[in-house]
Amino acid sequence: MVENRRFLNLLAHLVLILGVAFVAFPVYIALIASTHGQNDFLSGLIPLLPGHDTIRNYSAMMTQGLASSGAPPLWLMLGNSLIMALSISIGKIAISIISAFAIVYFRFPGRMIAFWLIFVTLMLPVEVRILPTYKVVAELGMLNTYAGLTVPLIASATATFLFRQVFLTIPEELMEAARIDGAGPMKFFWDILLPLSRTNIAALFVILFIYGWNQYLWPLLVTTGTDHYTIVLGIKRMADIADQQPEWNFIMATVVLAMVPPVLVVIFMQRLFVKGLIETEK
Amino acid sequence: MAAITLESVGKTYAGGVTAVHAIDLAIADGEFLVLVGPSGCGKSTLLRMIAGLETISSGAVKIGNRVVNQVEPAERDIAMVFQNYALYPHMSVRENLAYGLKNRGVPKDEIARRVAEAAKILEIGGFLDRKPRALSGGQRQRVAMGRAIVREPAAFLFDEPLSNLDAKLRVQMRGEIKQLQARLGTTSIYVTHDQLEAMTLAHRLVVLNGGRIEQVGTPLEVYRKPASTFVAAFIGSPAMNLLQAEVSGGRVRLGGASLPAPGAADGKVTLGLRPEDLQRTRPGAEGALLMNVAYVEELGAQRLVHGTVGGQSVVCAQPVESDLGDTLTLTADPAAVHLFDAASGKRLG
Amino acid sequence: MSTKRNTFRHRTLPYLLIAPQLAVTLVFFMWPAAQAVIQSFEQEDAFGLSTTWVGFQNYQTLFADPEYLNALKVTVVFTLGVTAVSLGLALLLALAVDRMVKSATVYTTLLVWPYAVAPAVSGVMWWFMFNPTIGIFPYLLHMVGYDWNHGLHGTDAMILVILAASWNQISYNFLFFVAGLQSIPASLREAAAIDGAGPAKRFWTITLPLLSPTTFFLLVVNFVYAMFNTFATIHATTQGGPAGSTNILVYKVFNDGFIGLNLGSSSAQSVVLLFIVIALTVVQFAWVERRVQY
Repeated sequence: MVENRRFLNLLAHLVLILGVAFVAFPVYIALIASTHGQNDFLSGLIPLLPGHDTIRNYSAMMTQGLASSGAPPLWLMLGNSLIMALSISIGKIAISIISAFAIVYFRFPGRMIAFWLIFVTLMLPVEVRILPTYKVVAELGMLNTYAGLTVPLIASATATFLFRQVFLTIPEELMEAARIDGAGPMKFFWDILLPLSRTNIAALFVILFIYGWNQYLWPLLVTTGTDHYTIVLGIKRMADIADQQPEWNFIMATVVLAMVPPVLVVIFMQRLFVKGLIETEK
Repeated sequence: MAAITLESVGKTYAGGVTAVHAIDLAIADGEFLVLVGPSGCGKSTLLRMIAGLETISSGAVKIGNRVVNQVEPAERDIAMVFQNYALYPHMSVRENLAYGLKNRGVPKDEIARRVAEAAKILEIGGFLDRKPRALSGGQRQRVAMGRAIVREPAAFLFDEPLSNLDAKLRVQMRGEIKQLQARLGTTSIYVTHDQLEAMTLAHRLVVLNGGRIEQVGTPLEVYRKPASTFVAAFIGSPAMNLLQAEVSGGRVRLGGASLPAPGAADGKVTLGLRPEDLQRTRPGAEGALLMNVAYVEELGAQRLVHGTVGGQSVVCAQPVESDLGDTLTLTADPAAVHLFDAASGKRLG
Repeated sequence: MSTKRNTFRHRTLPYLLIAPQLAVTLVFFMWPAAQAVIQSFEQEDAFGLSTTWVGFQNYQTLFADPEYLNALKVTVVFTLGVTAVSLGLALLLALAVDRMVKSATVYTTLLVWPYAVAPAVSGVMWWFMFNPTIGIFPYLLHMVGYDWNHGLHGTDAMILVILAASWNQISYNFLFFVAGLQSIPASLREAAAIDGAGPAKRFWTITLPLLSPTTFFLLVVNFVYAMFNTFATIHATTQGGPAGSTNILVYKVFNDGFIGLNLGSSSAQSVVLLFIVIALTVVQFAWVERRVQY
């Protein structure tokens, strides 16, 4: 800044520290709660300092789950979440990058129609077509399957436009040089385009992994049994019961485990995360 | 190696714009041919049609004895050097050189041999394992050439390969390209908008304008006998003076001055005089051009005098030591007098 | 629409490449959306055996329904609340980080991760903290004489869901504000300082106006977020209650359609939402066009 005003700098630090406290506090409370026994939640105030039941809580949740709510062990739900997050992110990237390749590097009848069809999906979030989409999935026999959980979500206008943008910035001459070097379209795609889009793919992957992991409405619609529950959905099931039977320690252990994977991804891939976030909104 | 023949090759875009009009051209085996012209003259389009990167609207392109109109670029046995080099940014220099050979199924040891040979010729052996972004402009240029050489093609196609380099490097690389082509003897077609590059490199050069050939010839032929005012103005630096004049009685007249114009018919003409062909003569000499000096540019080896003759702008080159006044009395050799039809711009005689 | 000047020639390959995307789009997006539009003009009999075309009747019923009108009102309050809280806090934090030199990256890391937390998860955490019996905030509020109970008081419930939903969105807004602030040339603020403008004046006369493209963009994004991506927040906490006080449109459309199985009304609600998304998308893209010129 222009001048170094001590007071303003201190104020800025104060604002930031309060801000960090605001975002961290709920998580702190959840972490603490997950270290206590069940009896600490019966009355009075929620505990604010760590307890002694950490290992018991987490191991019980991982291996048995919350019996009273009929939720399966957490490792199963974590596994489902991982399958869902990976399938959605990889699926979206795969089908978007090849459609962007088709749109940018080929001229074919119907190309504009295809482009607009993909564009229009931006305006059709699940919320505006809940029942009919559910019916389609049901009729295809995809309820309560991994395919049902993931395939309907993998169309992506945003990812397609992102790759289209990336491809448009790749110099035309690279493709010409590759053609002279004897590379056909698919060879060009594998040998040149894919390696050149590597960081864009990684950045997009980070964003989509979080998107897939955090899905809620869709799994709520298509899972009927607990065997395909994702962890985010499982928490809700447990919390419903918790209002009557305060097993907050278990719920908060689940909350912590549900947060850890995507939060770690953001923290350790912060550069890619920011790049992905900003690129997908262009 | 092969000869390349163009038989009334034309290009018309979908929108109806014609970029190249039926061009006939025969490029001999081992020849270094330069296509030169201002931007939009169709030179790049023509080159890209030969490369197979642009479809051919009419006519035929033959490489050797084979018509290649429908042949994929990779099957035409050509190699191309691009203006921005088009090196694959994620591959090392070695991989860049090898990529085309690998795609063709050339055996590994043969690829290694050819890469090593090209590296030796171009002196790029020191950075075969670097990525293009770690190279300087000149080094990238060499790698781009290397990628063409390893292919051992029937022809090299160069699309303004030097225009991304700074002036000094451009002169150096120009020399190297010339030597390399002489050494390998590979038929080469080179596109540039720079007349100096065209003059220095070409065995023969082709001046293009508006998608048509203005003139084909050796650099000296084109310089000495430009076929039109367009060529006259385009080739040579500083550019030829083109003046409105009139012929009568075997002399071309301009204001009070006149120069010999043997055999020319009477009427309006465009008179072409190269700045370096204008010599001083004694004041009051008969028929001499009187030039009013406006300003002088010192170039070191010579000086360029800018001014007017009979109200028309003229430039002439003078020795540095010369002693200039407000007016110069100039004349030119009969052999240095170029006459062009005033209407069509075509050369007379 | 731009492509490469030069393209590959292949008869079938482009169709094969685009087929998966189009198949998913047609089967799971276009077809259901078309169904929703058609069904919004139809009515099913009580047993779901036959449907009749009823024109705009579903819409008329919808806009005469006090519950729906309430949901519209609730959505407006919720959306404005979430946008104001998350944009305001994010701007404050971004301005503070913009002053930092060495510690900027550390603070940024500490502030961006809530983006990765699922709205349902943050909803449960806030729900827990505000638990009327044992939660820390009701405990503190009780000391100052306020009896917090989001199970009974509509306003309490609304505040709770606004906080939970804003908490997720702050990181996103923060990152875009930081990027926006960084794109304002330092020389402009220096010039203003030389012209005698103090920090506060510089903020109002230089920074904020130059940040307006970012702010406008975030405004649209936050509207979309609050209206469409907060289903989980509501579903995992208040479930629209108490007495419909947090019953936002997306929650209602789910509840009426999926739980209540009222096909006609749910479809009409879907179509209304569809128009809202289209409007917001158009505004957003119009902004992109403008930004290109800017």
